[in-house]
Amino acid sequence: MSQWRPSADIGGMPGFGRVEPETDEPLFHASWEPMAMAITVALGASGRWTIDHSRSQRESLPVERYRSNSYYQIWIDALEAQLLRYGMATKEELETGRMHVPPVSLPRKLRAADVDATLARGSPTEREPTRPARFAVGDRVRTSTAMPTGHTRLPVYARGKIGVVRMVHGFHVFPDVHATGEEPPYPEDPQWLYAVEFDGRELWGDEGEAGLAVLIDAWEPYLEPVNPQ
Amino acid sequence: MSGHDDDHHHHHDHDHEHGSELSPMDLRVRALQSLLTAKGYIDPEALDRIVDTYETRVGPRNGAAVVARAWTDPEFLDWLRRDATAAIHSMGFTGRQGEHMTVVENTPETHNMVVCTLCSCYPWPVLGLPPVWYKSAPYRSRAVREPRAVLAEFGVELPEATRVRVWDSTAEMRYLVLPMRPAGTEGWSAERLAELVTRDSMIGTGLALSPDSLEVA
Repeated sequence: MSQWRPSADIGGMPGFGRVEPETDEPLFHASWEPMAMAITVALGASGRWTIDHSRSQRESLPVERYRSNSYYQIWIDALEAQLLRYGMATKEELETGRMHVPPVSLPRKLRAADVDATLARGSPTEREPTRPARFAVGDRVRTSTAMPTGHTRLPVYARGKIGVVRMVHGFHVFPDVHATGEEPPYPEDPQWLYAVEFDGRELWGDEGEAGLAVLIDAWEPYLEPVNPQ
Repeated sequence: MSGHDDDHHHHHDHDHEHGSELSPMDLRVRALQSLLTAKGYIDPEALDRIVDTYETRVGPRNGAAVVARAWTDPEFLDWLRRDATAAIHSMGFTGRQGEHMTVVENTPETHNMVVCTLCSCYPWPVLGLPPVWYKSAPYRSRAVREPRAVLAEFGVELPEATRVRVWDSTAEMRYLVLPMRPAGTEGWSAERLAELVTRDSMIGTGLALSPDSLEVA
Protein backbone atom coordinates (compact mmCIF):
# COMPACT_ATOMS: atom_id res chain seq x y z
CA MET A 1 0.00 0.00 0.00
CA SER A 2 1.19 3.45 -0.83
CA GLN A 3 2.54 5.32 2.17
CA TRP A 4 2.82 8.63 0.35
CA ARG A 5 2.20 11.51 2.70
CA PRO A 6 2.88 15.24 2.78
CA SER A 7 6.05 16.34 4.59
CA ALA A 8 4.02 17.71 7.47
CA ASP A 9 1.82 14.68 8.12
CA ILE A 10 3.85 12.90 10.80
CA GLY A 11 1.25 11.69 13.34
CA GLY A 12 2.31 8.25 14.59
CA MET A 13 5.60 8.13 12.65
CA PRO A 14 8.42 6.60 14.68
CA GLY A 15 12.00 7.82 14.81
CA PHE A 16 11.86 11.46 15.92
CA GLY A 17 13.16 10.90 19.44
CA ARG A 18 12.27 12.48 22.73
CA VAL A 19 10.19 15.58 23.33
CA GLU A 20 12.49 18.21 24.73
CA PRO A 21 10.79 20.91 26.75
CA GLU A 22 13.02 23.91 27.43
CA THR A 23 13.57 25.24 30.92
CA ASP A 24 13.86 28.93 30.00
CA GLU A 25 11.51 28.90 26.98
CA PRO A 26 12.32 32.10 25.13
CA LEU A 27 9.42 33.14 22.90
CA PHE A 28 11.81 33.40 19.95
CA HIS A 29 15.09 31.57 19.33
CA ALA A 30 16.86 33.80 16.84
CA SER A 31 16.83 37.53 16.19
CA TRP A 32 15.06 37.11 12.83
CA GLU A 33 12.17 35.02 14.16
CA PRO A 34 9.90 37.82 15.45
CA MET A 35 10.04 39.54 12.05
CA ALA A 36 9.47 36.25 10.23
CA MET A 37 6.33 35.69 12.31
CA ALA A 38 5.11 39.27 11.90
CA ILE A 39 5.70 39.41 8.12
CA THR A 40 3.81 36.15 7.71
CA VAL A 41 0.87 37.41 9.79
CA ALA A 42 0.84 40.82 8.06
CA LEU A 43 0.88 39.37 4.54
CA GLY A 44 -1.74 36.83 5.56
CA ALA A 45 -3.98 39.79 6.39
CA SER A 46 -3.48 41.20 2.88
CA GLY A 47 -6.12 38.80 1.57
CA ARG A 48 -3.99 37.62 -1.37
CA TRP A 49 -4.07 34.09 0.03
CA THR A 50 -5.71 32.23 2.90
CA ILE A 51 -4.32 30.24 5.80
CA ASP A 52 -5.17 27.10 3.85
CA HIS A 53 -2.92 28.25 1.00
CA SER A 54 -0.11 28.91 3.47
CA ARG A 55 -0.48 25.51 5.12
CA SER A 56 -0.63 23.83 1.73
CA GLN A 57 2.55 25.64 0.67
CA ARG A 58 4.42 24.71 3.87
CA GLU A 59 3.48 21.06 3.79
CA SER A 60 4.43 20.72 0.12
CA LEU A 61 8.01 21.75 0.82
CA PRO A 62 10.43 18.93 0.00
CA VAL A 63 10.44 16.46 2.85
CA GLU A 64 14.13 16.87 3.72
CA ARG A 65 13.75 20.65 3.71
CA TYR A 66 10.65 20.46 5.92
CA ARG A 67 12.21 18.08 8.42
CA SER A 68 15.56 19.87 8.73
CA ASN A 69 14.19 23.40 9.03
CA SER A 70 13.14 25.23 12.14
CA TYR A 71 9.48 26.16 12.21
CA TYR A 72 9.87 29.81 11.24
CA GLN A 73 12.31 28.82 8.46
CA ILE A 74 9.50 26.73 7.05
CA TRP A 75 7.24 29.78 7.23
CA ILE A 76 9.80 31.91 5.36
CA ASP A 77 10.41 29.21 2.74
CA ALA A 78 6.68 29.00 2.11
CA LEU A 79 6.22 32.77 2.15
CA GLU A 80 8.92 33.29 -0.48
CA ALA A 81 7.40 30.56 -2.61
CA GLN A 82 4.02 32.30 -2.39
CA LEU A 83 5.50 35.69 -3.32
CA LEU A 84 7.01 34.11 -6.42
CA ARG A 85 3.89 32.10 -7.25
CA TYR A 86 1.60 35.13 -7.16
CA GLY A 87 3.99 37.43 -9.02
CA MET A 88 4.51 39.64 -5.98
CA ALA A 89 8.30 39.39 -6.14
CA THR A 90 11.02 37.96 -8.34
CA LYS A 91 13.84 35.67 -7.29
CA GLU A 92 16.33 38.46 -7.82
CA GLU A 93 14.31 40.81 -5.64
CA LEU A 94 14.18 38.27 -2.83
CA GLU A 95 17.93 37.83 -3.03
CA THR A 96 18.81 41.52 -3.04
CA GLY A 97 15.94 42.95 -1.01
CA ARG A 98 15.61 45.67 -3.68
CA MET A 99 12.60 46.32 -5.85
CA HIS A 100 13.10 45.89 -9.58
CA VAL A 101 9.55 45.20 -10.66
CA PRO A 102 6.53 47.36 -9.73
CA PRO A 103 4.23 45.96 -7.03
CA VAL A 104 1.01 44.16 -7.85
CA SER A 105 -2.17 45.33 -6.19
CA LEU A 106 -3.38 43.43 -3.13
CA PRO A 107 -6.89 43.28 -1.67
CA ARG A 108 -5.76 44.92 1.59
CA LYS A 109 -2.76 46.30 3.42
CA LEU A 110 -2.51 45.82 7.17
CA ARG A 111 -1.73 49.19 8.76
CA ALA A 112 -0.37 49.61 12.26
CA ALA A 113 -3.56 51.29 13.45
CA ASP A 114 -5.59 48.26 12.35
CA VAL A 115 -3.40 45.53 13.81
CA ASP A 116 -5.22 45.18 17.13
CA ALA A 117 -8.65 45.00 15.54
CA THR A 118 -7.49 42.62 12.80
CA LEU A 119 -5.84 40.20 15.21
CA ALA A 120 -8.82 40.40 17.57
CA ARG A 121 -11.19 39.58 14.73
CA GLY A 122 -9.23 36.71 13.19
CA SER A 123 -10.76 34.79 10.32
CA PRO A 124 -13.74 32.78 11.53
CA THR A 125 -14.46 29.78 9.31
CA GLU A 126 -17.99 28.92 10.46
CA ARG A 127 -20.73 29.66 7.95
CA GLU A 128 -24.53 29.62 7.96
CA PRO A 129 -25.54 26.02 7.14
CA THR A 130 -27.26 25.50 3.82
CA ARG A 131 -28.19 21.88 4.54
CA PRO A 132 -28.66 19.63 7.57
CA ALA A 133 -25.75 17.67 9.05
CA ARG A 134 -25.52 14.10 7.81
CA PHE A 135 -24.21 12.76 11.12
CA ALA A 136 -25.18 13.18 14.77
CA VAL A 137 -23.30 12.66 18.02
CA GLY A 138 -22.91 8.92 18.62
CA ASP A 139 -22.95 7.93 14.93
CA ARG A 140 -20.32 5.44 13.79
CA VAL A 141 -18.37 6.61 10.77
CA ARG A 142 -15.51 5.40 8.59
CA THR A 143 -12.93 7.86 7.30
CA SER A 144 -11.94 8.04 3.67
CA THR A 145 -9.17 5.80 2.37
CA ALA A 146 -8.30 8.25 -0.42
CA MET A 147 -4.69 9.42 -0.67
CA PRO A 148 -5.15 12.83 -2.27
CA THR A 149 -2.08 14.59 -3.65
CA GLY A 150 -3.55 18.03 -2.99
CA HIS A 151 -4.16 19.78 0.31
CA THR A 152 -6.15 17.82 2.88
CA ARG A 153 -6.57 17.83 6.65
CA LEU A 154 -7.26 14.13 7.12
CA PRO A 155 -4.04 12.73 8.57
CA VAL A 156 -2.70 9.50 7.09
CA TYR A 157 -2.92 7.70 10.44
CA ALA A 158 -6.68 8.30 10.57
CA ARG A 159 -7.58 7.19 7.03
CA GLY A 160 -9.85 4.22 6.53
CA LYS A 161 -10.59 4.00 10.27
CA ILE A 162 -13.84 3.56 12.15
CA GLY A 163 -14.71 6.09 14.80
CA VAL A 164 -17.62 7.71 16.61
CA VAL A 165 -18.89 11.27 16.18
CA ARG A 166 -18.48 13.07 19.53
CA MET A 167 -19.18 16.69 18.58
CA VAL A 168 -20.82 18.55 15.74
CA HIS A 169 -18.75 21.72 15.37
CA GLY A 170 -20.89 23.50 12.79
CA PHE A 171 -20.59 24.27 9.12
CA HIS A 172 -17.03 25.29 8.22
CA VAL A 173 -14.95 26.37 5.23
CA PHE A 174 -13.47 23.24 3.61
CA PRO A 175 -9.66 23.59 3.31
CA ASP A 176 -9.28 20.92 0.60
CA VAL A 177 -11.22 23.16 -1.77
CA HIS A 178 -10.37 26.53 -0.22
CA ALA A 179 -6.65 26.02 -0.86
CA THR A 180 -7.15 25.28 -4.56
CA GLY A 181 -8.07 28.75 -5.84
CA GLU A 182 -5.40 30.84 -7.56
CA GLU A 183 -6.87 34.22 -6.70
CA PRO A 184 -9.54 35.71 -4.43
CA PRO A 185 -12.39 35.26 -3.89
CA TYR A 186 -11.49 31.69 -2.99
CA PRO A 187 -14.11 28.93 -3.08
CA GLU A 188 -15.15 28.11 0.50
CA ASP A 189 -17.37 25.07 -0.15
CA PRO A 190 -18.37 24.91 3.54
CA GLN A 191 -19.06 21.49 5.04
CA TRP A 192 -20.23 20.09 8.36
CA LEU A 193 -17.32 19.55 10.71
CA TYR A 194 -17.24 16.85 13.41
CA ALA A 195 -14.97 15.72 16.23
CA VAL A 196 -14.53 11.99 15.57
CA GLU A 197 -13.10 9.70 18.23
CA PHE A 198 -11.05 6.58 17.48
CA ASP A 199 -10.04 3.90 19.90
CA GLY A 200 -6.25 3.69 20.14
CA ARG A 201 -6.33 0.05 18.99
CA GLU A 202 -8.24 1.01 15.83
CA LEU A 203 -5.33 3.29 14.88
CA TRP A 204 -2.29 1.45 16.20
CA GLY A 205 -3.36 -2.14 16.78
CA ASP A 206 -1.94 -3.80 19.85
CA GLU A 207 0.90 -1.26 19.95
CA GLY A 208 -1.43 1.48 21.10
CA GLU A 209 -1.32 2.47 24.75
CA ALA A 210 -4.16 1.03 26.82
CA GLY A 211 -7.06 3.39 27.40
CA LEU A 212 -6.06 5.68 24.53
CA ALA A 213 -8.58 7.57 22.43
CA VAL A 214 -7.63 10.00 19.65
CA LEU A 215 -9.97 12.59 18.20
CA ILE A 216 -9.63 14.48 14.95
CA ASP A 217 -11.79 17.19 13.46
CA ALA A 218 -13.15 15.81 10.19
CA TRP A 219 -15.22 17.49 7.50
CA GLU A 220 -18.23 15.58 6.23
CA PRO A 221 -16.67 14.59 2.85
CA TYR A 222 -14.03 12.62 4.78
CA LEU A 223 -16.71 10.42 6.37
CA GLU A 224 -18.99 7.57 5.40
CA PRO A 225 -21.67 6.06 7.64
CA VAL A 226 -21.05 2.69 9.29
CA ASN A 227 -24.31 0.86 9.81
CA PRO A 228 -25.00 -0.43 13.31
CA GLN A 229 -24.32 -4.18 13.55
CA MET B 1 18.64 29.56 1.22
CA SER B 2 20.20 28.70 -2.10
CA GLY B 3 21.03 31.72 -4.17
CA HIS B 4 21.53 34.00 -1.19
CA ASP B 5 25.11 34.99 -1.71
CA ASP B 6 26.21 36.93 1.29
CA ASP B 7 29.99 36.61 1.03
CA HIS B 8 30.39 40.34 1.08
CA HIS B 9 29.00 40.38 4.61
CA HIS B 10 31.90 38.22 5.79
CA HIS B 11 29.78 35.94 7.90
CA HIS B 12 30.02 32.21 8.21
CA ASP B 13 27.51 29.45 7.87
CA HIS B 14 26.91 28.89 11.53
CA ASP B 15 24.65 31.10 13.59
CA HIS B 16 26.02 34.09 15.41
CA GLU B 17 24.35 34.82 18.66
CA HIS B 18 26.59 37.75 19.53
CA GLY B 19 28.34 40.61 17.84
CA SER B 20 27.35 42.55 14.77
CA GLU B 21 27.61 39.78 12.22
CA LEU B 22 24.29 38.57 10.89
CA SER B 23 23.26 35.01 10.17
CA PRO B 24 22.03 34.01 6.71
CA MET B 25 18.46 33.90 8.06
CA ASP B 26 18.81 37.40 9.53
CA LEU B 27 19.94 38.69 6.14
CA ARG B 28 17.20 36.84 4.35
CA VAL B 29 14.41 38.16 6.58
CA ARG B 30 15.87 41.68 6.43
CA ALA B 31 15.91 41.54 2.64
CA LEU B 32 12.31 40.35 2.71
CA GLN B 33 11.29 43.15 5.04
CA SER B 34 13.00 45.84 2.89
CA LEU B 35 11.53 44.49 -0.30
CA LEU B 36 7.98 44.13 1.00
CA THR B 37 8.13 47.62 2.53
CA ALA B 38 9.46 49.12 -0.72
CA LYS B 39 6.66 47.42 -2.62
CA GLY B 40 4.12 48.80 -0.19
CA TYR B 41 2.82 45.35 0.77
CA ILE B 42 3.56 45.80 4.47
CA ASP B 43 3.64 48.65 6.98
CA PRO B 44 6.80 48.29 9.13
CA GLU B 45 4.99 49.75 12.11
CA ALA B 46 2.33 47.08 11.78
CA LEU B 47 5.05 44.44 12.09
CA ASP B 48 6.28 45.98 15.32
CA ARG B 49 2.74 46.03 16.66
CA ILE B 50 2.23 42.34 15.81
CA VAL B 51 5.45 41.33 17.57
CA ASP B 52 4.57 43.47 20.57
CA THR B 53 1.11 41.88 20.78
CA TYR B 54 2.48 38.37 21.16
CA GLU B 55 5.50 39.37 23.24
CA THR B 56 3.65 41.42 25.83
CA ARG B 57 -0.13 41.23 25.62
CA VAL B 58 -1.28 37.76 24.59
CA GLY B 59 -0.11 34.71 26.51
CA PRO B 60 -1.07 31.88 28.87
CA ARG B 61 -2.20 34.26 31.64
CA ASN B 62 -5.33 34.71 29.53
CA GLY B 63 -6.07 31.00 29.55
CA ALA B 64 -5.29 30.80 33.26
CA ALA B 65 -7.95 33.46 33.89
CA VAL B 66 -10.47 31.36 31.96
CA VAL B 67 -9.61 28.22 33.95
CA ALA B 68 -9.63 29.94 37.34
CA ARG B 69 -13.01 31.48 36.58
CA ALA B 70 -14.38 28.09 35.53
CA TRP B 71 -13.20 26.68 38.88
CA THR B 72 -14.99 29.37 40.87
CA ASP B 73 -18.04 30.34 38.84
CA PRO B 74 -20.47 27.46 38.07
CA GLU B 75 -22.48 29.57 35.63
CA PHE B 76 -19.36 30.38 33.66
CA LEU B 77 -18.34 26.71 33.68
CA ASP B 78 -21.74 25.82 32.32
CA TRP B 79 -21.34 28.45 29.59
CA LEU B 80 -17.91 27.08 28.70
CA ARG B 81 -19.41 23.61 28.30
CA ARG B 82 -22.26 24.85 26.12
CA ASP B 83 -20.43 27.49 24.07
CA ALA B 84 -16.73 27.88 24.86
CA THR B 85 -16.26 30.31 21.98
CA ALA B 86 -18.77 32.81 23.36
CA ALA B 87 -17.68 32.33 26.98
CA ILE B 88 -13.99 32.87 26.21
CA HIS B 89 -14.65 35.73 23.81
CA SER B 90 -16.71 37.43 26.53
CA MET B 91 -13.49 37.81 28.53
CA GLY B 92 -11.88 39.66 25.62
CA PHE B 93 -9.77 36.73 24.42
CA THR B 94 -10.76 36.76 20.78
CA GLY B 95 -9.21 36.54 17.39
CA ARG B 96 -6.53 34.93 15.31
CA GLN B 97 -6.20 31.19 16.00
CA GLY B 98 -8.95 31.32 18.62
CA GLU B 99 -11.94 32.05 16.44
CA HIS B 100 -13.65 28.78 17.42
CA MET B 101 -13.02 27.27 20.84
CA THR B 102 -13.82 24.01 22.63
CA VAL B 103 -12.94 23.34 26.26
CA VAL B 104 -12.20 19.76 27.29
CA GLU B 105 -12.39 18.94 30.98
CA ASN B 106 -10.00 16.73 32.87
CA THR B 107 -11.51 14.41 35.45
CA PRO B 108 -10.12 11.55 37.54
CA GLU B 109 -11.39 9.23 34.77
CA THR B 110 -10.21 11.16 31.70
CA HIS B 111 -7.11 13.19 30.91
CA ASN B 112 -7.17 15.37 27.79
CA MET B 113 -4.15 16.40 25.75
CA VAL B 114 -3.94 18.60 22.64
CA VAL B 115 -1.68 18.30 19.59
CA CYS B 116 -1.58 19.37 15.96
CA THR B 117 0.04 16.53 14.03
CA LEU B 118 -0.22 18.36 10.68
CA CYS B 119 1.26 21.72 11.64
CA SER B 120 1.09 23.83 14.80
CA CYS B 121 -2.54 24.76 15.42
CA TYR B 122 -2.75 26.24 18.90
CA PRO B 123 -5.15 28.61 20.68
CA TRP B 124 -3.18 31.88 20.42
CA PRO B 125 -5.62 34.24 22.21
CA VAL B 126 -5.59 32.16 25.40
CA LEU B 127 -2.09 30.61 25.31
CA GLY B 128 0.00 32.93 23.10
CA LEU B 129 2.49 31.54 20.57
CA PRO B 130 3.16 27.80 20.83
CA PRO B 131 6.36 26.59 22.50
CA VAL B 132 9.03 24.99 20.31
CA TRP B 133 8.33 21.47 21.59
CA TYR B 134 4.66 21.75 20.60
CA LYS B 135 5.70 22.39 16.99
CA SER B 136 8.45 19.75 17.06
CA ALA B 137 8.36 16.44 15.20
CA PRO B 138 8.76 14.32 18.36
CA TYR B 139 5.65 15.81 20.01
CA ARG B 140 3.55 15.89 16.84
CA SER B 141 4.41 12.32 15.88
CA ARG B 142 4.14 10.71 19.30
CA ALA B 143 1.29 12.48 21.10
CA VAL B 144 -1.37 10.56 19.15
CA ARG B 145 0.32 7.19 19.62
CA GLU B 146 2.03 7.12 22.99
CA PRO B 147 0.78 10.09 25.01
CA ARG B 148 1.65 8.45 28.32
CA ALA B 149 5.27 8.07 27.25
CA VAL B 150 5.25 11.74 26.18
CA LEU B 151 3.68 12.76 29.49
CA ALA B 152 6.43 10.92 31.32
CA GLU B 153 8.98 13.14 29.55
CA PHE B 154 7.12 16.09 31.05
CA GLY B 155 7.29 14.43 34.46
CA VAL B 156 3.58 13.59 34.50
CA GLU B 157 2.39 10.15 35.54
CA LEU B 158 -1.33 9.42 35.48
CA PRO B 159 -3.15 6.66 37.36
CA GLU B 160 -3.32 3.51 35.24
CA ALA B 161 -7.11 3.58 35.10
CA THR B 162 -7.26 7.10 33.68
CA ARG B 163 -8.24 7.23 30.02
CA VAL B 164 -6.17 9.53 27.82
CA ARG B 165 -8.02 11.44 25.12
CA VAL B 166 -5.78 13.17 22.58
CA TRP B 167 -7.31 15.95 20.48
CA ASP B 168 -5.57 16.41 17.11
CA SER B 169 -6.42 19.97 15.98
CA THR B 170 -6.92 19.27 12.29
CA ALA B 171 -9.45 22.08 11.65
CA GLU B 172 -9.99 25.66 12.88
CA MET B 173 -11.45 24.48 16.18
CA ARG B 174 -8.97 25.25 18.98
CA TYR B 175 -8.92 23.22 22.17
CA LEU B 176 -8.23 24.40 25.70
CA VAL B 177 -7.80 21.79 28.43
CA LEU B 178 -9.54 22.57 31.72
CA PRO B 179 -7.23 20.98 34.29
CA MET B 180 -8.56 19.60 37.56
CA ARG B 181 -8.64 22.06 40.43
CA PRO B 182 -5.91 21.15 42.92
CA ALA B 183 -6.93 19.94 46.37
CA GLY B 184 -6.39 22.31 49.26
CA THR B 185 -7.59 25.41 47.42
CA GLU B 186 -11.07 25.71 48.95
CA GLY B 187 -12.13 29.30 49.29
CA TRP B 188 -9.35 30.67 47.07
CA SER B 189 -10.13 33.63 44.82
CA ALA B 190 -9.96 33.24 41.03
CA GLU B 191 -6.91 35.56 40.97
CA ARG B 192 -5.04 33.35 43.39
CA LEU B 193 -6.11 30.12 41.67
CA ALA B 194 -4.87 31.46 38.33
CA GLU B 195 -1.33 31.29 39.69
CA LEU B 196 -1.69 27.51 39.83
CA VAL B 197 -2.68 27.22 36.18
CA THR B 198 0.38 26.51 34.06
CA ARG B 199 0.47 26.75 30.29
CA ASP B 200 1.21 23.04 30.01
CA SER B 201 -1.79 22.18 32.18
CA MET B 202 -3.97 23.84 29.52
CA ILE B 203 -2.34 21.82 26.70
CA GLY B 204 -2.64 18.65 28.77
CA THR B 205 1.10 17.98 29.10
CA GLY B 206 1.00 19.09 32.71
CA LEU B 207 -1.27 19.33 35.73
CA ALA B 208 -2.24 22.42 37.68
CA LEU B 209 0.24 23.20 40.45
CA SER B 210 -0.43 22.22 44.03
CA PRO B 211 -0.77 25.03 46.58
CA ASP B 212 2.49 23.90 48.23
CA SER B 213 4.50 24.70 45.13
CA LEU B 214 3.47 28.36 45.40
CA GLU B 215 4.66 28.62 48.97
CA VAL B 216 8.04 27.22 48.00
CA ALA B 217 8.33 29.73 45.16
